[in-house]
Amino acid sequence: MGAACRIVGGFVALVWCVAAPGPGAALAPGTPDRLETLLLHDCGACHGGSLKGGLGRPLLPAALTGRTEETLATIILDGIPGTPMPPWRALLTPADAAWLARRLLKGSTP
Amino acid sequence: MSIRSLLFLVILLAVAASGQAAADGAGCPPLRGTGDLGMVIERDGGAVLVVEHSGRTILGRVDGLGDLSHAAAVFSRDGRHAYVFGRDGGLSKVDLLGLRLEKRIVQAGNSIGGALSSDGRLVAAQNYEPGGVKVFDAETLALVADLPADPGGPAPGVRSKVVGLADAPGNRFVYSLFDAGEIRVADLGDATHPVVSRFAGIGRQPYDGLITPDGRYYLAGLFGEDGLALLDLWHPEAGVRRILDGYGRGEQPLPVYKMPHLRGWALASGRAWLPAIGRHEVLVAEAAGWTEVARVPVLGQPVFVIARPDGRQLWVTFALPENDRIQVIDVPTGAVVRTIATGPAALHLEFTPRGDEVWVSVRDRNLVQIYDTASFALKAELPASSPSGIFFTARAGRIGF
Repeated sequence: MGAACRIVGGFVALVWCVAAPGPGAALAPGTPDRLETLLLHDCGACHGGSLKGGLGRPLLPAALTGRTEETLATIILDGIPGTPMPPWRALLTPADAAWLARRLLKGSTP
Repeated sequence: MSIRSLLFLVILLAVAASGQAAADGAGCPPLRGTGDLGMVIERDGGAVLVVEHSGRTILGRVDGLGDLSHAAAVFSRDGRHAYVFGRDGGLSKVDLLGLRLEKRIVQAGNSIGGALSSDGRLVAAQNYEPGGVKVFDAETLALVADLPADPGGPAPGVRSKVVGLADAPGNRFVYSLFDAGEIRVADLGDATHPVVSRFAGIGRQPYDGLITPDGRYYLAGLFGEDGLALLDLWHPEAGVRRILDGYGRGEQPLPVYKMPHLRGWALASGRAWLPAIGRHEVLVAEAAGWTEVARVPVLGQPVFVIARPDGRQLWVTFALPENDRIQVIDVPTGAVVRTIATGPAALHLEFTPRGDEVWVSVRDRNLVQIYDTASFALKAELPASSPSGIFFTARAGRIGF
C-alpha cells in the first residue's frame, strides 16, 4: 500500500481543482442520509462497516491524520490506480465527495 | 372410595393434565429437524434472523454478534449450529434450534469469512488483520492452529490479507494471499501439526477464491490482472496455472464498486459461469479444460453468479449503481430471460435446497424477498433490518460452503 500512497500524492496536484465544490453543487435535502448510507454500506464493503478497514485501509480519523479534505475528496472522485479503490466520479458529485471527506476527517456526520 | 380420596384423585388428574399442557406448550417445544433452517445476517444490528424455508417464517433473532458489516457463515454437519464470522474478528457459534448465541470469541482484529473442515471438527477463519488463518475446535472454539500469512524470508513480519478460504477433502483448507499473490494449502490431517504448501506468483491481487463441488479445483480470481489462477488439488505438483487469461482483451475495465464474490459461484451444464471483474459480463468457461467459450452480457457488473441447484438457471446480483435489479440467465440458451426490480441494494441470494424458491436480501428496503424460480412470482416478503447474507443449512453437506 506504500506504492498507493505515492500514486495518490501525484494525483492530488493533478486534480486539485476538482475537489472544490462548485457553485450550485449544494447538497440536496436528504442527501447526507444517502451519503451516510453509501459510506457505511458501499464504502464499508471494502473499508469495513465501522470504517476500521478491510480489503481497503481504515478510514477512521486516526488513520487519516495528515490528509486534507481536498486530498480525500480527490481520492474518492478519482480512485487510486493500481489498487481496488475505484473512481466514484460517475456516481458522486464533487460536493458529495467533499461532504464525505469532511465526514471522514470528523469521524461523524457533519 | 371415600369422598376425600375421590377428591384427591380429581386433584391428581388435574395436576397431571396441566403438566401435560405445559409440556406441549412453551416449556418444551415440539421436536423439529434442521434441514430447512437458515439464517439472515442483519448487518447493522449485529444480529441474525433464524428462519425456516418450508413455511417461509422467521423463528427468532439472535443478537450480540458484533460487527456484521461483511459477515459470512458456515454450518455444523448436523445443521444445528452456525459459525458466523464478523468483520471485527468475532467468531460466533449460534444454536439455531435453541435460538441463542452459544459462544463468541474475538479471534482477530479484522476477519472476512471461514470454512468448516471435511470431518466437521475444525472451523477456520480467514483474517485480514493480523493476516492469516486461525483454526479452532468446532465444539469449543479453542484455538487449534495459527497459520500466519507471512511471506517468510527477509520480511517475515509483513503479513498478507487472506481471502478465498475454502475447505478441501482431507481436512485441508485452501486460501489466497491478497497482498502476496499466493495460494496456500494447509493440511490439518494432523490438526496439531499443520503442513502448509505455498504456491507463489499466481498473479496480482487475488480477491476471492472458490473450490469446485468435487473439491478438486481451486480457483482464485485476480483483481490486478485479467484472469484466474487454477490449482488442481489432485495434482498439486503441477502447480498453479492461469485460465481465462486476458479476458479483458486490453480494454479499460470499468470502475469496480464492489468486488465480485466467487463463493456461491456457478457450475452448470459442464460450464463454469463467473463474474467478470470491471465488465458487464458473465464469463463462461468449459469446465473440462477451463477455456472460455462464451460471455453473457448483463446489465451491470456481476457480484454473485449463482446456479439454481438443478443448474438450469443462473441468478445474478450486481454492483452499484445497478444493484437495484437482479437478472436470471437461462443456461441452455445462455441468455438473460428475466430482469427483476427488487429495489435498492439487492445484496445476496440463496436457493432452497432443490431450487424451487430463492430468497433475496434487499438491504435498503429492509426486506427479504422470496421468489418462485419457475414463475418468477414474488411469493413472500419478510422484514429484516439491513439484510445481507442469507445462508441455509443445506450448505452443511456441500464442499466449499
